[in-house]
Order: sequence, then structure tokens, then C-alpha cells
Amino acid sequence: MKIAITSGKGGTGKTTVSTGLFHIITRYLKYNVQLLDCDVEEPDCHIFIKASENCRYPVTIAIPEIETEKCTFCGKCKSVCAYNAIIMLPPAGYIEVVEDMCHGCGACLYVCPEKAIRENIKSVGKITHYDYYVQDEFIEGRMDVGSALQTRVIRETINHAGEDGIILMDSPPGTSCPVIATASKADYVIMVTEPTPFGLYDLKLMADTVRQLGKKHGIVINKAGFDYEPLYNFINENKIPILGEIPFKREYAEAYSKGMIPADSDVELRKIFMGIINSIINGKTL
Amino acid sequence: MEKPFEIVILSGKGGTGKTSVAASFASMAENAVLTDCDVDAADLHLILTPEIYRSETFDSGAKAVINTEKCTSCGLCMELCRFKAIELINDVYIIDEYACEGCGLCKEVCPEGAIDITKYEHNNIYFSDCRFGPMIYGRLGIAEENSGKLVAKIRKYAKEIAQKNNAAYIITDGPPGIGCPVISSVTGADMVVAVTEPTLSGWHDLQRLIELVDRFHTSVSVIINKFDLNQYMTDMIENNLKEKAIKVTGKIPYDETMLHAQLEGKTINEFDPQGLPSKELSKIWNTIKSVIYEPKSI
Repeated sequence: MKIAITSGKGGTGKTTVSTGLFHIITRYLKYNVQLLDCDVEEPDCHIFIKASENCRYPVTIAIPEIETEKCTFCGKCKSVCAYNAIIMLPPAGYIEVVEDMCHGCGACLYVCPEKAIRENIKSVGKITHYDYYVQDEFIEGRMDVGSALQTRVIRETINHAGEDGIILMDSPPGTSCPVIATASKADYVIMVTEPTPFGLYDLKLMADTVRQLGKKHGIVINKAGFDYEPLYNFINENKIPILGEIPFKREYAEAYSKGMIPADSDVELRKIFMGIINSIINGKTL
Repeated sequence: MEKPFEIVILSGKGGTGKTSVAASFASMAENAVLTDCDVDAADLHLILTPEIYRSETFDSGAKAVINTEKCTSCGLCMELCRFKAIELINDVYIIDEYACEGCGLCKEVCPEGAIDITKYEHNNIYFSDCRFGPMIYGRLGIAEENSGKLVAKIRKYAKEIAQKNNAAYIITDGPPGIGCPVISSVTGADMVVAVTEPTLSGWHDLQRLIELVDRFHTSVSVIINKFDLNQYMTDMIENNLKEKAIKVTGKIPYDETMLHAQLEGKTINEFDPQGLPSKELSKIWNTIKSVIYEPKSI
């Protein structure tokens, strides 16, 4: 069962929930579990999950290169390219692929009648497998700085997941393609929010997205304690189950800042995390 | 000043306080054009409550569609698609619209002409006025794409309005992360203000952001928000930034009035002008202004 941990707004506690659930499940519960860090732009799970690196895989795309000697400047590659990544100036005998705009789809290669295009491998990120309590229990996707192909790295990361057990996917913030790339592969989506106007506004966007994807979903309220009524009204009106509420405590914030998992030493928090996982697994909210 | 000076507020990690800082700057900068380029989850308008006078739709990507009546199930499209966006379900070839990147290769290869590319325009751009000046912001359609292009378009409009109004600044609330919308926000901007927090994650993410911004040769300065949550981390971040010759323009204490300002739909400077966060933000804004007139000092 794949569970995506999402939030419209950043900084609401996705990573706290993902790493907390992962640690609690692997240490205290009987289920097989795997954690995938799909926030490939800013992967932070490794800060909390102190695991030993097992192996690394590159994520690459094939970038075309045009051999000017063979090119007849027919313009077919330029017109098929959906990303405007080919610049062509026939009078100057100039044709070039703008690497940063290329998605590596291969359309230009396919249409070129002169076979003047070959491809070079370019790195866009890497995937690292880590051993925690069990081998390959934690997998991190990490996009190269400067790349704009975050969704490619995310999809590849998810392809590295095992078949069985619970697979937790720490998603990027927002509601656009990187989030879709993660949530569309999930069986269940946890939306983490906080009781603030920004938290609520972005939760509404995320709830729309999850409904559009047709995924089962529930909410975790982080930094709870402040009774922000509009948030609870929204949740009630939309009949979205609350899987758990994590109270705001300064000591949790401090533990987080040091890269610690507060649920490890705090019994109350451990119960909250077990409650979250049980209500998903036992189907109360399915 | 010849052209408007464009300041982009970024963070790497989400939730560090970009929008609160951007709103605060907006309230202090007289004669600025404001934009929200966090098009996934734009929140600045919740504080600035602008009145929209015009909106327009914007390209939100393209997807392939297979005409099942014309399809002879040869499977060539599935074999050649590099995004694994074509699936065979119950002997019918269908497009996984969440994986399709609209490249059009399948349309090219289909011997039956059974595939079309449909373009969508589900993204929106809003033109508005708020109490601190003109504001342009975007909204990505649900599950739509093209956030990078949308950001570029918003910034282009902002520049036009700023030039027409003779505005001194463009203040942009940027997206989290370091992917395409961030790259699109930084390209050609004059200054990046990175808001971080004293946590290992905040620092890890800030370093990746700085590495990205370096490639654009854009000047960057840092604000440490909630600095007193972990003084040790704050010192560590400051020391490390010093080594990189990156200026920390200010440190904002953790203060619940920030939340109360948000609840009231006000900037912190409007809500509690005498409080520590407001005073620190005024100091930061004055530092930024002085740097603009002497760009080499940063």
C-alpha cells in the first residue's frame, strides 16, 4: 500500500509525519515498511533517518546533439519539438539544442530524415538506497541542482519501491506536477496541515487536487492547539477524516531543528502516530 | 533609478516565512509592484487582499489523446514513449495523463493518425490592486502544469506595469524548492532574499538554493526567521554563510504575533509596528534599500 504524505503549504510537517510514521512502524509494528523521499528538490528525510548508504543509481535523460555536417536544415526537428528547445538559423548554418529546455522525449531523433541527431546521457539526479532496521528500507530521490526535471526524478524514485508492505512517500509541497507525480501513484493520501489561514487555504487546494485524482485521503493537523475554527469547519463540511492531531510543543520544534524524531522518546506522540497508521490500515477511513 | 529593481523572496524549504516577509516588504516599499510566483499555493493575496480588475488564462500544458476507434493496437506508441505514459489496459491503449508530458512523439509515430495532442489553458493570471500598489499573481489549475512558464509570464507583466508606473521595486513572493518555477523566478532578477530557519532541514535546503542562485550570478542575502528557536543552529548558519561571503541581513525572533497578524489579514508591520519582528524587518528593508544603491557592497 502506497501512502503519499502531502501538504499544499510548505513547512506544515510532511517530513515530520513521514519520518515519524516510518520510524514507528519499523521499530514497533509488524508491518514491512519503506520510506521514499520524493521531495527531490529538497530531500530532508535523511536528516532524521540516520541510515547507512547501500547503493546509488543515476537518473539520466538522453539529450540530443545535432551534427551540423549532416543537417540539411529541413526544420522538422524544430517543428516537432514541443518545448521550443531547438534553435535554428539556416543562413548562419547554426542549429543547437538548448539542454535546459529539452525533456529528452526523442521526437527530434525520430523525425530527422538525415539521421543527423545522436543522443548524449545527461544526469538529472540520483537515487540512493539506505539500510535502516532492514536493508533498502529508505530510498531517497535527489535532483541535481540546476535541473528542472523534478518529475522525472520522482517517477524514477517511485519505480525503486518494493512491491509489498507499506510504502510511505514524502511528497514535495504545492499542488503541481511534482505533487501529482507522487500522489497519482498512491493508494492513500495524507494531507498535513496547520491551524492557520495559509494552512487552510493551501489545504483546500490540496483537497481539490486529491479529489480530482480520485484518491482516498485523510488529514493530519500539525502544530495543533490553536483553535482555528475555519479549519475544523472546512474539515467537517467536507467530511474528511482527521487521522491525528500533533500538538504544538516547543520541545518538538527543538527536536526537529536538531534532526531528531520526537516520536522516538515521547510516548504521547508515539500513540498519535500509531493512531494515524492504524486508522489508515484498519480501513476506518477507507 | 533606471529600471525597477526586482527582489525575489525564496527559501528552499517551505514554511520558513517567505510570504510574511514579502508582505512586510510590500508594506514598507513605497512605489512597488508586487507579485506572487508561488503559483502552486499562492498565499500573499490572503494578507494583501487585492481587488482583481482583470484576469487571463494561460497555457497549462498539452496531453496526448488516443482515438480508440482508429487505434489498431500496434503498440508502437507505448514502445517509444519515454515517459511511460501509455498503458495497455484490457487490450486498450490509453494515455496516463499524469505522466504524459505532451511531447507529441506518439502522434508522430502512429501509423493510423489515431493520436491527437490537446492543449489546455487552465492556469490563471490575475491583475489586481492592493493597498500597497499593483499586484500580479498566478494560480495553477488543479493538477495542471507549466508553473515555470507561468512564473515567467507573471514577471514579464510585473515589469511592464512597473515601467509604466515608474515603480522603484518589484517584490516577488517566490515558490519553495529549487525546481523549474524557482529557476524561472531567479532568471534575470536583481536580488534574492532567502528566508531560512535555524533547523538542519532549513540549512540543508538553503545550501541547495544558494548553489542554484550562484549559477545565475544573482546577489543573495539571508534572513534567519525564528532564530531563537535554536541559537546553536543560528550561529552555525551565520558562521557558514560568513565563509561563503553571504550577508545575513537580519534575524527575526519567534513571535506569536506573526500568526495573529496573519489571522487579521495584516502585515506584521501594520499589526504590531512596535514589536520586535516589525522593527527587525524595517531594519532589513533599510539594509536592502541601501544595498540597491551600492550593489557591489553585498
